[in-house]
Amino acid sequence: MNWSWILPPSFSTVSGDIDGIYYVILWITGITFFITEALLFYFIFKYRHKEGRKATYDHGSTKMEIAWTMVPLVIVLWIGVVSKGVWDTVKVDVPAAGLEVIVTGKQFEWNVTYPGPDGALGTSDDFETLNELHAPEDQPIVITLRSEDVIHSFFLPEMRIKQDAVPGQDITVWFEAIQPGDYTIGCAELCGIGHTTMGGTLTIYTAADFQAWSSSQAQQQQP
Amino acid sequence: MSTIEQEMVHAAEGGHHDHHELPFIRKYIFSTDHKMIAKQFMFVSLFFLVIGGLLATMMRWQLGYPGEPMPGGMLLPDAMMAPTPNGAIMLPEFYNSLVTMHGTIMIFFAIMPLLVGLFGNLLIPLQIGAEDMAFPRLNMISFWLAVPAGILMLSSFAVEGGAAGAGWTSYAPLSVSGEWTGVYLGQQLWLASLTILGFSSLVGAVNYITTVINMRAPGMTWFRMPLATWALFVTAILILLAIPILAGALIMLLFDQTIGTGFFRPEVGGEPLLWQHLFWFFGHPEVYILILPAMGIVSEVISNRARKPIFGYHSMVLAIIGIGFLGWIVWGHHMFMSGMNPLLGTSFMISTMAIAVPSAIKTFNWLATIWKGDLHLDSPMLYALAFVSMFIIGGLSGIFMASTPVDIYIHDTYFIVAHIHYVLFGGSLFAIFAGITFWFPKMFGRMMNETLNKVHFGLTIVLYNLVFWPMHNLGLQGMMRRIYDFTQYEYLAPLQPMNQFISISVFLLVAAQSVYAFNFFWSIFRGEKASNNPWDSNTLEWTVPSPPPHGNFPEMPVVYRGPYEYSSPESDTDFYPQTKPPPSKPPVQELIPEPVTPTPEGF
Amino acid sequence: MTTQAMTAGRAPMPGMKVYNLKLGMWIFLLSEVMFFTGLIGSYIILRFAHPEQFAAPGQVLNINLTAFNTFLLICSSVTMVKAYAAIQQGDQQGLKNWLLATIVIGASFVGVQVYEYIALAGEGFVPIADAYHAVGRHMPHDGPAIGGQLYGSTFYTMTGFHGTHVSIGVLCLCFTYWRAAKGAYTADNLGGVEIMGLYWHFVDLVWIILFTIVYLV
Repeated sequence: MNWSWILPPSFSTVSGDIDGIYYVILWITGITFFITEALLFYFIFKYRHKEGRKATYDHGSTKMEIAWTMVPLVIVLWIGVVSKGVWDTVKVDVPAAGLEVIVTGKQFEWNVTYPGPDGALGTSDDFETLNELHAPEDQPIVITLRSEDVIHSFFLPEMRIKQDAVPGQDITVWFEAIQPGDYTIGCAELCGIGHTTMGGTLTIYTAADFQAWSSSQAQQQQP
Repeated sequence: MSTIEQEMVHAAEGGHHDHHELPFIRKYIFSTDHKMIAKQFMFVSLFFLVIGGLLATMMRWQLGYPGEPMPGGMLLPDAMMAPTPNGAIMLPEFYNSLVTMHGTIMIFFAIMPLLVGLFGNLLIPLQIGAEDMAFPRLNMISFWLAVPAGILMLSSFAVEGGAAGAGWTSYAPLSVSGEWTGVYLGQQLWLASLTILGFSSLVGAVNYITTVINMRAPGMTWFRMPLATWALFVTAILILLAIPILAGALIMLLFDQTIGTGFFRPEVGGEPLLWQHLFWFFGHPEVYILILPAMGIVSEVISNRARKPIFGYHSMVLAIIGIGFLGWIVWGHHMFMSGMNPLLGTSFMISTMAIAVPSAIKTFNWLATIWKGDLHLDSPMLYALAFVSMFIIGGLSGIFMASTPVDIYIHDTYFIVAHIHYVLFGGSLFAIFAGITFWFPKMFGRMMNETLNKVHFGLTIVLYNLVFWPMHNLGLQGMMRRIYDFTQYEYLAPLQPMNQFISISVFLLVAAQSVYAFNFFWSIFRGEKASNNPWDSNTLEWTVPSPPPHGNFPEMPVVYRGPYEYSSPESDTDFYPQTKPPPSKPPVQELIPEPVTPTPEGF
Repeated sequence: MTTQAMTAGRAPMPGMKVYNLKLGMWIFLLSEVMFFTGLIGSYIILRFAHPEQFAAPGQVLNINLTAFNTFLLICSSVTMVKAYAAIQQGDQQGLKNWLLATIVIGASFVGVQVYEYIALAGEGFVPIADAYHAVGRHMPHDGPAIGGQLYGSTFYTMTGFHGTHVSIGVLCLCFTYWRAAKGAYTADNLGGVEIMGLYWHFVDLVWIILFTIVYLV
């Protein structure tokens, strides 16, 4: 059993920042947790009823209350500001694409469309893979996410990427992997009876290997 | 003997067969007495709490032992379980129904009616010195709308296609058509049931708000109201304004399903995200509907059992109001990954961070209340302190999800499941245990058995944490929620032992609740007789007999001070009831405000 | 009615000096505001997202007929005010007459709306998205469809909910009339008439907003 609060390893250019914010919050909340719970238990023990004890008649202290209003406010707003930067990198500022693909979710599979040798989507040399996303390392992969039926959620746990696929909407997702290997694609939004089976594999290649894979696929799938 | 004393003796002799003898059906079934309606809500919602718990155990069986035959599964119909020679295995469509119905039943039919239906009805009139609600008959209607809603919801298990299976959030377009889920009538029953229940809550809310504004006894100014009443008042306002939004959305979804309108159907131009916005615009205030009354109850119990005034009464009230306001502008934090404009995500993150502050104020004030107190650690206090302890965890884990980048990873994982249960079970449900135990003598005239309660408390707090703490770890490993068989994913398969551990803990946790159930029923009939004020409390409900007679207050109470004057040097005991005249202050008459002369043109 | 009787037998102190029924009605109307806000908000969002699905004013909907209907509803608000003014003077006969007028005009409003629905449905303007084929009021029946599937859905849901509110209002007015006929209301005891009036004016106000954004914009 894994009781650890350490995140599993991650392999994208942004995942380090995401994990970093997680650890910052873990430290802050962890310390707060231990202090408050320790105080709670200490008070329970120290001030438990004994013969002759009388509670202090005290209605509060404005100074203390201002202190414990302002300190959490400053901390959480600081977390908010730090979070904004990473959020913008992941979801707002999409870099120039090294590879553009279309991922279409439908019950219960992920369809991936690649641009083919001409490098452009929507042309006749496009080719597809089912439940597999193949991509090169060290290049921004820009995905146009679609759904044909209900809402799915495109989840790449090792890349720290998650985005709902909404029917009727084209949503842009991007990531850049830093290490070749096989990773997981999952669906994180309940999408029907077969939701649990809607998984796939993300395969990251070196740039040269990806070229080889891509041209062989393009040839195989040519009519 | 004065009439009051006579009445007290009467009540102490067991029940109020005094001047208002009502026929059985008016007294116990179609009662307009707020105390009886409170008990009705209590019994019905405790029943639903048990149902919701059983649904959870079935779900946990599948997660702990995926694909293995469920004990007793042969008793369930083939639409839910696939029979094999070794026993029956749960079907994924039934699992989806379990996920949906566990959430729906716990939120709408157990926690919400316990907090609002039970404590709202029981406490508001008694704590402000009113003889009943402003509209007793509407109050009765509110309960009798909730019952058919519950029956409709349960009946959906028996219809073809089974109960709703699109999650308690019923995201469109999954919920729009049976084509996607295999559930047709069940989803419609779900929608109809919640619409009726919404109407029930609305009627209740109108009643609570009117009662608090208009029916307070002389001297019961706004800032002399107990925090439980304050919290219930703000909760009623949230219900009043949030439920109509849900009702509108539910009806639109029902129309999409039945007559074929296109609100949430993307193929005809409808907007799936519109459902999410409407749902969460209701849904986030709903979260506070489920926690504010719990905070109020806990404030009462902690201040009383610590024999110390609540620390910072005014800021406690302001925090309740602040949460009530901020609760309206944070709904988007449920939708960071939904495809909503990511720039909006940032503004929702900031408002969400801000709402952590009033919760922090309340937590620190509770801590400061027990600081230098005289803590009577009997069972209501233990439950209330457990609330504080667990709410700290639930509150802190919320900060992870509030941070948008971290939410990318943990959204829709078991981390959120852990978070919501730390708030709703560790929070609300512990407060409900505290409240029922604390006000049990007022409801039934008898005390609950203290030893059994302590046994129940010990078992529950330990098992509860064994269930929900590891769910954080599951979420951090990337395990999605609402997933029928996580072992389908290679990277999740190693989580099997932990899931099994959680499941076994759940079975024990559910079994441990029988201690409370037994104590509850046993104490109603055999519990030790309670005095009018067993906790030496200041608030008005403890000045009347247990249980209070019809009409509550034999004489109009007059209020002289706030509700938490414990250990006041002015009083010779360690409590100072709100109705006790001050020793050297002017006599009663001068404190009662000038009577209002009716102004005809006003009416 | 004395203040005491109106607040269930107790002085209204220290609360507001508004009796329970009236306060309760105001609070209830707040939730009604939220209900229609939800509906109207959804309409606005859908319309902004898909302007092509909605027709220009008057193309599909019959503005003249509905303008007349709006006028009817405003008249019924006036008669409701008259009814309330009558009972303030203790004029029970006047109350009954004006209530009856309000009932008749309110029922006519519902009648005109039903007629409008039937006429529109005959032209292919239906709430069922898949069967939607509105061709416009002055077009040949086999012409191209105007607007789109969301148009029918939103139109019927919004106006239908308002119509339901008016219908419930008419039923409540009948009940008020029946009570008035029994002499239940006096110059001192007119809470029932006043809250009936509050509801009725609210429904009227909602209609003016709906008429503007559904028919005229």
